Amino acid sequence: MGEFRVHRVRFFNYVPSGIRCVAYNNQSNRLAVSRTDGTVEIYNLSANYFQEKFFPGHESRTTEALCWAKGQRLFSAGLNGEIIEYDLQALNIKYSMDAFGGPIWSMTASPSGSQLLIGCEDGSVKLFQITSDKIQFERNFDRQKSRILSLSWHPSGTHIAAGSIDYISVFDVKSGSATHKMIVDRRYMGVSKRKCIIWGVTFLSDGTVISVDSAGKVQFWDSATGTLVKSHLIANADVQSIAVSDQEDSFVVGTAEGTVFHFQLVSVTSNSNEKQWVRTKPFQHHTHDVRAVAHSPTALISGGTDTHLVIRPLMEKVEVKNYDAALRKITFPHRRLISCSKKRHLLLFQFAHHLELWRLGSTVATGKNGDILPLSKNADHLLQLKTKGPENIICSSISPCGSWIACSTASRFFLYRLSYERDSISLQRVPKMPAFLRSALQILFSEDSTKLFVASNQGSLHIIQLSEGCFKHLHTFQPQSETVEAMCLLAVSPDGNWLAASGTSAGVRIYGLKELKPHCTVPAYNFPVTALGIAPNTNNLVIAHSDQQVFEYSIPDKQYTEWSRAIQKQGFHHLWLQRDTPITHISFHPKRPMHILLHDAYMFCIIDKSLPLPNDKTLLYNPLSLTNESDVIRRRTAHAFKISKKYKPLLFMELLDERTLVAVERPLDDIIAQLPPPIKKKKFGT
Amino acid sequence: MAALEEEFTLSGVPLSAGPDGLLGVEPSDRTDQFLVTHSGRTVILYKVSDQKPLGSWSVKQGQIITCPAVCNFQTGEYIVVHDDRVLRIWNNEDVNLDKVFKATLSAEVCRIHSVQGTEPLVLFKKGAIRGLEALLAEPQQKIETVISDEEIIKWTKIFMVFKHPVLIFITEKHGNYFAYVQMFNSRILSKYTLLPGQEEKSAIQSFAASANRKFISLMSLSSDGCIYETLIPTHPSDREKNQVVVRSLLLKAVVSGDVRNGVALSVLDQDHIAVLGTPLSASKECLSIWNIKFQTLQASKDLLQGTSGQLWYYGENLFMLHGKFLTVIPYKCEVSSLAGALGKLKHSYEPGSHAVPHFVNWETSQEYGLGSQNSEQSRILRTRKVEVSLQPAVSASAQLLLTIKNDTEKHIEVELRKFLAIKQTPEFHTTIGDIVTGLLGRCKAEPSFYPRNCLMQLIQTHVLSYSLCPGLMEVALEKTDVQILQLCLQQFPDIPESVTCACLKIFLSIDDDSLQETDISTESVFDYSDTVRDEKMEEQTEIMENGFNPEEDNSNKEKPQGTTEETTLSPVTPKRAALLNAVLHSAYSEAFLLPHLKNIPAQHVTLFLQYLYFLYLKCSENATMTLPGIQPPTLNQIMDWICLLLDANFTVVVMIPEAKRLLINLYKFVKAQISVYSELNKIEVSFRELQKLNQEKNNTELYSIEVLELF
Repeated sequence: MGEFRVHRVRFFNYVPSGIRCVAYNNQSNRLAVSRTDGTVEIYNLSANYFQEKFFPGHESRTTEALCWAKGQRLFSAGLNGEIIEYDLQALNIKYSMDAFGGPIWSMTASPSGSQLLIGCEDGSVKLFQITSDKIQFERNFDRQKSRILSLSWHPSGTHIAAGSIDYISVFDVKSGSATHKMIVDRRYMGVSKRKCIIWGVTFLSDGTVISVDSAGKVQFWDSATGTLVKSHLIANADVQSIAVSDQEDSFVVGTAEGTVFHFQLVSVTSNSNEKQWVRTKPFQHHTHDVRAVAHSPTALISGGTDTHLVIRPLMEKVEVKNYDAALRKITFPHRRLISCSKKRHLLLFQFAHHLELWRLGSTVATGKNGDILPLSKNADHLLQLKTKGPENIICSSISPCGSWIACSTASRFFLYRLSYERDSISLQRVPKMPAFLRSALQILFSEDSTKLFVASNQGSLHIIQLSEGCFKHLHTFQPQSETVEAMCLLAVSPDGNWLAASGTSAGVRIYGLKELKPHCTVPAYNFPVTALGIAPNTNNLVIAHSDQQVFEYSIPDKQYTEWSRAIQKQGFHHLWLQRDTPITHISFHPKRPMHILLHDAYMFCIIDKSLPLPNDKTLLYNPLSLTNESDVIRRRTAHAFKISKKYKPLLFMELLDERTLVAVERPLDDIIAQLPPPIKKKKFGT
Repeated sequence: MAALEEEFTLSGVPLSAGPDGLLGVEPSDRTDQFLVTHSGRTVILYKVSDQKPLGSWSVKQGQIITCPAVCNFQTGEYIVVHDDRVLRIWNNEDVNLDKVFKATLSAEVCRIHSVQGTEPLVLFKKGAIRGLEALLAEPQQKIETVISDEEIIKWTKIFMVFKHPVLIFITEKHGNYFAYVQMFNSRILSKYTLLPGQEEKSAIQSFAASANRKFISLMSLSSDGCIYETLIPTHPSDREKNQVVVRSLLLKAVVSGDVRNGVALSVLDQDHIAVLGTPLSASKECLSIWNIKFQTLQASKDLLQGTSGQLWYYGENLFMLHGKFLTVIPYKCEVSSLAGALGKLKHSYEPGSHAVPHFVNWETSQEYGLGSQNSEQSRILRTRKVEVSLQPAVSASAQLLLTIKNDTEKHIEVELRKFLAIKQTPEFHTTIGDIVTGLLGRCKAEPSFYPRNCLMQLIQTHVLSYSLCPGLMEVALEKTDVQILQLCLQQFPDIPESVTCACLKIFLSIDDDSLQETDISTESVFDYSDTVRDEKMEEQTEIMENGFNPEEDNSNKEKPQGTTEETTLSPVTPKRAALLNAVLHSAYSEAFLLPHLKNIPAQHVTLFLQYLYFLYLKCSENATMTLPGIQPPTLNQIMDWICLLLDANFTVVVMIPEAKRLLINLYKFVKAQISVYSELNKIEVSFRELQKLNQEKNNTELYSIEVLELF
């Protein structure tokens, strides 16, 4: 295959923000996750846990509660006192509405999904009616003394439980008055603590209220009498989250020590009808606070300060013991945060509120496999670009020539022109962006850096001509169908003739850039697209899907290529299909059109289409021992997939030229080092 | 463990039970209530938990109850038969038996059986069986004769198998026994002839039975004191022929056979049976629970006032006539396991040390004729085969037993050596048990006879256990034979805590001179004296290194040199130490040991504590926290015993001046250990940082250019 010089980059100082809420939607099998910076992500659990959508964060919008209502509508509420509804098609915020109750700590949708209940800082519980396009305030419940931190509806919709500080209230929904007030024991391990915060409540259909609190207790209350039935002390620290399954036969709680406990309703003896709640399984997949848990029919989902989203399938609920039954830990976003200028060896890193531009170093030395070459010039940090305003950056890109940088937030689009004079660099913002360029979901420069492609959240694609310091709007492709679906992924052919764009669910569309009109649509596939790339010379479009399938589609011929048909016929290697992170980037070798480079978080692969395809009996990952074998054996065992797992977690990989690769790694230890210290646990002694 | 709880009597009328005792105790339809039928005229309903009668009914003068009253579980009524043919049915509200429902039958009734889930069944003396409903519909119907004229029904029992009642009754004719099994789902009556096993030459005294899905296991207690088992299939293969089943030995010499009062047997569960009778060694009657799976005695209770030789078992209660009162002994049994049957097991099996077969291989012994659940035919065959092969060994042991009874000590020893040289047979352990019992029997009879060498040889066969020869340790304790006791402690897995404690007492109290004479294996004791000198020099620094700072503790400075001496020198001689180590190694349960520990005199407690403290110090001296030597006591054993001893005798120890100092030293040392651990906790953070630094060194830099070759 050949030797590469690899720029191994570890200075991308990216730290994902901690998970604050998770909300599971049973109808669509999707999971909404909100992070502490206000970002909301949507994962499709049916599509191999792919993160298909995201809403950029906002500094003043810390979400404290997230819920699905009325089927597929997603609402969030936060400490700025606003309730927000998200537009899942256009990927923007539909509207936000002030609840006038101070910061909102909790929110829950009624069992029917038609009403929304919020708990506020001032102790009020407010009921909103969800109308077809908005929400409407209906009434207040009896005001409580302190903030309402948790809320839960009784499945019949007649009562609600509200967790506050030191007590739990049960309200009658009809009258809006509190029927019971259940005082929680403040004592913590015998010592009287100042306050006991009820972090979560759950109302079961038999009238039992389960509460979790800051004293480390999980308590069962009888809501009819307002009495404590049972108490489990499970942690020395706060128990911060609770989620119950739809069948009400199991629930999950997360503690500040990073432990997740599974409780199950178990028969007292093997054949009796009497059942009781038993703490069955502890899971320690987190190092920090587990701020949010969810319970899907087949899995326990948890997330917290340590930024991992952990999906732990319940073995007894999984029907087939296949790879889906394995534990999933999702740490990195399933989209690119890095772009690269091949010509000038520049890397552009995208952070929540700023961009960093680095120039790679160089070396004159040569070496053999595994050598670390002495640097003649180290990597330089050239530039740090801060966006103004509280909004997070959605996307960014640097042109291949390195003289343009574009980035976008939810409301503003920025374009900068860079000029290089020997070692110095100057930056100039291109003023007067046109009104239609307000918010972009994806930005792409053409290979010759003369065109800029912007996918806006209205579903339209803008093409802009760039020339020395100025720009010209060339064309806009309007969305073809009635449904406005945002395009998230773009790819342009190196000869500049074709543009491919893909949304979250519909197929890939291809536009001819010469005639400026739609060319064709790739047949739809039922898993979302995770990466796109168009090969040089042949103009073959390579599409990676979240189920790990890779297709090659010839744009000029408007059909799948022979190679794609061949691999579909034979099927991918089972180990290839079992990878659990999606392919996030596809690129090509400039001189060898038969090679495709693609990577996910734990490997990169160069597919050599000229070699035979591996079947399930061949080794997919070539063992190292083969390196010592003779060329003959090597050639005999060679197959199309050349895989290296040397660099991980891999966030970006690109071919700079024929013999040079750049790999951007983000070691997990470096992320952990930047997190707040976890609650310390003793190892020795008593 | 199975356990008999405190007995209580059902008060009320002292029973005017004649020499025959009670007719029967039967459950009623309410739990905890039982119908007791006297052999005279009375039926009493007792509530057991309240220990009082709820109702009492009598038949008229001149009439006599001939069959125990039972409860019809379907209607809640009670049924009794008087004068063999007259059936009475009544319920709780009825006062006078004369005025209740009466039916006169055409034949004599033997028993009425009633179990939950079916109608009562009436068994006539001639073997016919009728359902109660059918009988009441036509009381004067003709009852056929099933058994032959001279056969007499001796014992009957009913089971529910697959929700259908199965009734078994045993008849006797000229010393031969026959079993009849009536299946009610298929209306088949099968007859079996019970053949005695080869070695069995005695009359059957009592029966008991239990049933599972395949077999009825019929147990019989013979006059030779052994229990035999017969398996009768519940689904007969050949319904025509008169079938033959053979009894096989289940448990040997449980009670002495020739007693006047008779013996009784009851099956408690699949592994446990209760036997009422006079044990071989004693003259008083006794109720004992045996585990038949492991052949161990689980519990026993002396019944001094004599019994009627009758035993009933319902739910968790055993009923018997003790003296003049009906006595109830609640019985509890957990699921039987080998560990449960033998008490807590020893933990310290070192892979290097010789494997001591503490237990008989029950699998094989069971297969060789104890309780195989195979089909009847192959069972019998196999039993016979084994018996044939066993013949020489059995005869040799019989001969040896004979020798034991009469010959001199020397001769016995020679014979025994010869016997032990023969290859071990599957029944070796029981034979050895018999030999020990024989030897001990003679010891008791002749105070001068004490075959020490024989006993030691026998113990070292590694097949003995406490329950196999309970008398052995008693005798050794009597003779203060510490060597035998040490061997027993090392070999037996199931020594009761009281005996362990008695050994401990002897080991602590025996004077050094007499110890000097004995030949005790001291391999578990390491000679510490040579290391003492080095330690003296190192001691101070060593403690410092362990994080214990004497300057923090002012009182520590004043520690006189003498105390140091005391702790570095063993407070007991090596021989005594070896004995005490044997005690430390033995298995025990805290709850049972504690009360016995309280009886040890104070100065002995102090001595033992001193020794334990010494061991503890020695343990803490090295990093692995172990003692040198072969099979030394482990740290856990030492700590457990210190805690136990202090728990049992704390008030006493606190009062004794010398013990007080020991306690203070112990307290300080433990405190020092705790501070070491807390220091370790502090150091942990630093270590983690160091580890992190180490990792970072391995990591490549933030930026590097590498060469990668892809194949």
